[in-house]
Order: sequence, then structure tokens, then C-alpha cells
Amino acid sequence: MTVLANILSLTIVFAVPLLLVALGGMYSEHSGVINIALEGIMVIGALCASFALKGFDSAGWGSTHPQIAMLISILIAGVAGMVFSILLAFAAINLRADQTIGGTALNIFAPAFAVVVTWAVQGQGLTTIQIPTWIRITQANFGLEAGNGFLDSLIFKYFYLTTPVAIVLFIIAWILMYKTSFGLRLRACGEHPQAADSVGINVYRMRYAGVLISGFLGGVGGIAYTIAVGSGFSASVGGYGFLALAVMIFGNWKPIQILGSAAFFALFKVIAAYNSSLPFLPKFEGLKDKSSLYQMLPYIVTMIVLVFTSKKSQAPKAEGIPYDKGTR
Amino acid sequence: MKKKSIGDNPAVVSILASIISIVVGLLLGFILLLILNPSKAGIGISAMLTTGFSSMDQFGKVLYQAAPLMLCGLSVGFAFKTGLFNIGASGQYTMGAFFALVGAIQFQLPWFVCLILAMIGGGIWGIFPGLFKAKFNVNEVITAIMFNWIAMFLVNLLLANMPTMLASAWGASNSDRTAALAKANPAAVIPKAGLNKLFGNSSWINISVFIAILVAILIWFILQKTTFGYELKACGMNKEASRYAGINANRNIVLSMIIAGALSGLGGGLYYLAGTIQYVLVKSILAMGFNGIPVALLANSNPLGTIFSSLFISFIQVGGSAMQPNFSSEATDIVIAVIIYLAAFSLLMKMVLSNLLKRTGKEDKKA
Repeated sequence: MTVLANILSLTIVFAVPLLLVALGGMYSEHSGVINIALEGIMVIGALCASFALKGFDSAGWGSTHPQIAMLISILIAGVAGMVFSILLAFAAINLRADQTIGGTALNIFAPAFAVVVTWAVQGQGLTTIQIPTWIRITQANFGLEAGNGFLDSLIFKYFYLTTPVAIVLFIIAWILMYKTSFGLRLRACGEHPQAADSVGINVYRMRYAGVLISGFLGGVGGIAYTIAVGSGFSASVGGYGFLALAVMIFGNWKPIQILGSAAFFALFKVIAAYNSSLPFLPKFEGLKDKSSLYQMLPYIVTMIVLVFTSKKSQAPKAEGIPYDKGTR
Repeated sequence: MKKKSIGDNPAVVSILASIISIVVGLLLGFILLLILNPSKAGIGISAMLTTGFSSMDQFGKVLYQAAPLMLCGLSVGFAFKTGLFNIGASGQYTMGAFFALVGAIQFQLPWFVCLILAMIGGGIWGIFPGLFKAKFNVNEVITAIMFNWIAMFLVNLLLANMPTMLASAWGASNSDRTAALAKANPAAVIPKAGLNKLFGNSSWINISVFIAILVAILIWFILQKTTFGYELKACGMNKEASRYAGINANRNIVLSMIIAGALSGLGGGLYYLAGTIQYVLVKSILAMGFNGIPVALLANSNPLGTIFSSLFISFIQVGGSAMQPNFSSEATDIVIAVIIYLAAFSLLMKMVLSNLLKRTGKEDKKA
């Protein structure tokens, strides 16, 4: 039972970054901008938040006010991601550039920038930023006894502030998308920007909003990933930005389905990492490097799903097409 | 007759736009180095810009790395001409390297057969984005990104289960990489043809850069002088119009991606059959394929331009690794990223440049 609790707990902690970043992608694509730069945005968010956490730790303030320090770091990650995503928004919206190429540039820039900066700050060859251990929420925070029961493992084994933050952001995303005029306007810009413009919606401003919100969520997702991995930040988010794109497509650009597909992908990632200690999985006797097999599966499943669903895909119709007022 | 100003010549404008991108990229890279470590920034940037010419050995390394870069650049550029963004060059490159190494080590084949295998491996990996786009209308960028990861995990999985492929089967102790070709099959090493004598006994140099240049000329010929190339370009410019003109757009999309895949695959073969580098089983995607993107963008997807842009990217990469220990060698990637970013709105830049050149041309005439 403890194994099951551990797996569920790990699945949650890995689903959090996927959920956040895929929701980010959803905002951007509903506004009409393909955000392939999510990977890079995550790296920048994680970089800034990791430095913030390190700073709080060495100042001594972090260990006495762990969750406030964590909340501030999450905000820093979000704002950093937002600032970085301005580069994409500017190229895609103002300059009407090719969104995929612009995004690729940001994806190459971010990890390189992270390595160069950490190297310069921490000294030669020290490219990993250590994350302090006080950020974990324990039973003691709620005045409970530490234990090893099922619920203890399920809830507290990998419990960080990023999880409740993600739940709140998820609820906000659902309300914003379907219950407010902002959501309706945003979606209109991704479906038919000319029509949106004709009823007085500022398409450029809405697209900026979409990209910037996705930058914020991408940045928060970056630090959520770094915390989930647990071995510190070393200038990479392990392809989770790209995986989040797959989660978003798999989730049909809709918040609730994205939640489900984030959990699905996270489960496969966890199984890949812990396949040897799981008794119920097929053993594939004699096969070496089984983790590669399990890590490959989510990508293959995504491809199969895409092939079968693309005909009735719910992708925003105008995504990837720069909006030109003159074509109205 | 009205005299044409140089602003009307698209080739001149393209080259100018590329040069501006390079200069801005280097400048921003230098500014970042200045902010991070003012006292060492000068040494850093000069290392990036001079190391490639500092010795014949280093220059040999520039040429050696330029070959796979050129092929990945040709691959991305070829797909661009058909209106496709081939971000999957990395996966195709990985598969090409795998096929070449299996031919070389497992089946003990000579180098030229291994290179053909590399093209087949890359071509197979190019089928997926092309076919899924044509048949199921799945965005080729998404397919290609997924298949980059699938290629990496699949090659790791297969190599881990092919004991003869690993260095440990050939007298070395490590099992995390493929066997050294000098031990496993010297006939699979791409010949040096005496070039190493010319390059001060450089271990890097071989004939691969010349193979790559020949392929670049061949691709230029296909695109410029054949009906097939014309159809591909027509598809890239306007898919609907070309379909109306009787061109089978779906067939061309698939074919174009297969050829693009074969080019990247050949790049993987050239890199790993040189005998100097062994394939290491890592959990991250190989960067070479992604670096094909700036090569293609700088060359404006022109196959002949790719020869020069790949030499330049290879040159600053060799220089970048000489920036250590003052700076991390990733500083080069920052320059490359800026170049790609600027290339994203190259159309706008070219329009501005063209207008600027025309205006100065007119003023000259008045005076």
C-alpha cells in the first residue's frame, strides 16, 4: 500500500508542472499564438525562483518563514516567465514573425542563458543550483504527528506549496475561460480574429494577454518541475515544456481534460522512473534499460491519439496566423 | 531603361540581413559577457572569434563539425522550401547515427555502405511528420518534437540491448557508449585521404566536409533545375494553388520530409563515422539537429548558402568551447538564439533593408 501511496504522491507532484504549463499553452493558443517556447519559459522561471530560494536560504530568513519564502519565489518564477514571454509576444504579435521560429529561438536561448549565468554566479563548472529542503510542507505545519501510514505517504511525502497553488490556478483558469467575457473574447481571437476585431475587441491586446498569462504559468510550472525532481536546478526542465504541449493537445485545449491528461502523462513518467520496484508491471525478462521503454510510451500514445482525433481536433482555428488589421 | 538598384536584388538583401543578424547576435552575446564578468569579457569573445583559425588542428575541427551541421541545415532548409518546419532534424540525425553505427559495428560494413544506411535511417524518421501531416493533418512540428524524444529513447533502448555495439564488447570498460570504430571496424571510418597531413596531424579532419558540400550542390540542383524541385517550391509557396495546377501536394509533403530526414540522417552518419567520437547513451536530445535551424535560416534556406552558414556556426562553436574556464561554452548558444530570433522576422527586416537601399540609391542619382 505504501508503494501505491508513493506513486500517487509522485504522480501528483509531477502532474503539477504539466498541468500549469499546459494551461499556459491553452491561454496562448486560444488567443491565437502557438507558444512553442514554453520549455524556455519554464527554464527562465525555474532559474529565477531557484536563485530566489537560494538567496532566502543563505539569508537565514527562508528556514524561519519557509512558506512565505516559497510563495514569493513562485511569484518571482511567474513574473520572470511573463517578462521572458514578452519576447515571443513582441515577435509574434507586433512584428508578425513566424511563431514557431521565434519560439525555437527562445528555447535555445533559455537553457544557454541559465548555464552561463549560474556558471558566472556560482563559479566555474557549478551549474546546479541547490534547492533548500525547508520548502517541503510537513505534518508539523498542521500540528500533526509525523507517520508512515497510507495518508501520510499520499499527502505529505511530496507536498509543496506549488500543489495548492496549481489547484487554485486551475480553478481560476476554468472560471476565466468559460464564465467571464474575457475568456469568451480570448477564444474569439483564436478562432476568428477578424470577427472579434469587428465587434470592437482589441485583438493585439488580447493576444498579448494570452501570451503573458502563459508566460506566468510557464514560469510557475518551471519551479514546480524543479521541486518535483528534487535534485536542484541544472539549466534544464527535461523536456516538460514540450510534454506540456502534448498534454494540452491531448486535453483538447480544455482545462478539465488537460487536468486528466496531465495526470495520465505524469503517471507514465513515474512508472518509467520506478518500474523496477513496481510488482504489478510486466517484467520483460532479459531486457535492459526498461526505463527508456516506459519513458517512450507517453509520446507514442500521444501520437496515436493525435492521429485518431486530429480530424475532429478542437484546436483554435486561427492559431499560428499573425493578425493583420489590414486583412479584415 | 530604368537602372536597378541593389535594393531590388533579393540575394544581396538576404545576405545583408544575415550579416546584420550575426553582428547583432555577437554584440548582444558580448554585452551579456560584459555584465557577467567585465574583466574577462574581451578574452571570452575573442576566444569565440579566433580559436577556429588559431591552429590547423582547430580549423580541422571546424571543418569536421561543419559537415553534419551543413546536412542538418540542408534538411531544415529543404523542408522550409516545401513550407514545412522540420524541427525533427535531431531525431532523424539520431536515427541516422544509429543505423550507421549498427552497420559499422554489428554488421562490419565499409563506411560508404554505412552512410547509405544512415540516410535510410533518417529517411524513415522523416516519413512520420510528413505522412501524419499529409494523411491526418497533424501539425508536423508536434509530430517532429514527439519523434525526437521517441528516437532518443528508442536508440538508447536498442543500444542497451545490443551487447556487441557497446564499447565494453571491444576491450574497453565502459558500456555507456558505442565501441570505438578504430577497434571495432577500421574499414567503417571515413577516410582522411591524406588531409590529416595537410592539417598538422589533426585527428578531426576527414573527407566528410567535401561529401557535405557535394550534397549541398546536388540539393541546389534538385531545387533549381528539376521539375520535382519546382513542384516542391510551388507547394511551399501556395499549397492550394499548386494543387489547382495539378501538383499532388500530399505526395510532395511526404517526399520532401523523407529527403529532409535522409539529409539529417547522413549528417549523423558523417559525425559518428569519423572515428573520433563515440555515441554516448544520454537522456537528452542531441543539439546538432536543432543547430541545423540557424544554419538554414542564416542561409535563407539556399543550399549553397548553407555551406557558408554551417562553416560560420561551426566556427563559433569551436570558439565557444575555448571560452572555458572563464565562461561556459553555452555562450555560443546565446549568440545562435539571437540569430534565430532575428531570423523569425527576417521578412520585415528584408523589407526595411530593401527600402533603405533603394532610398540611398535614389539620393545618389540626384547628387
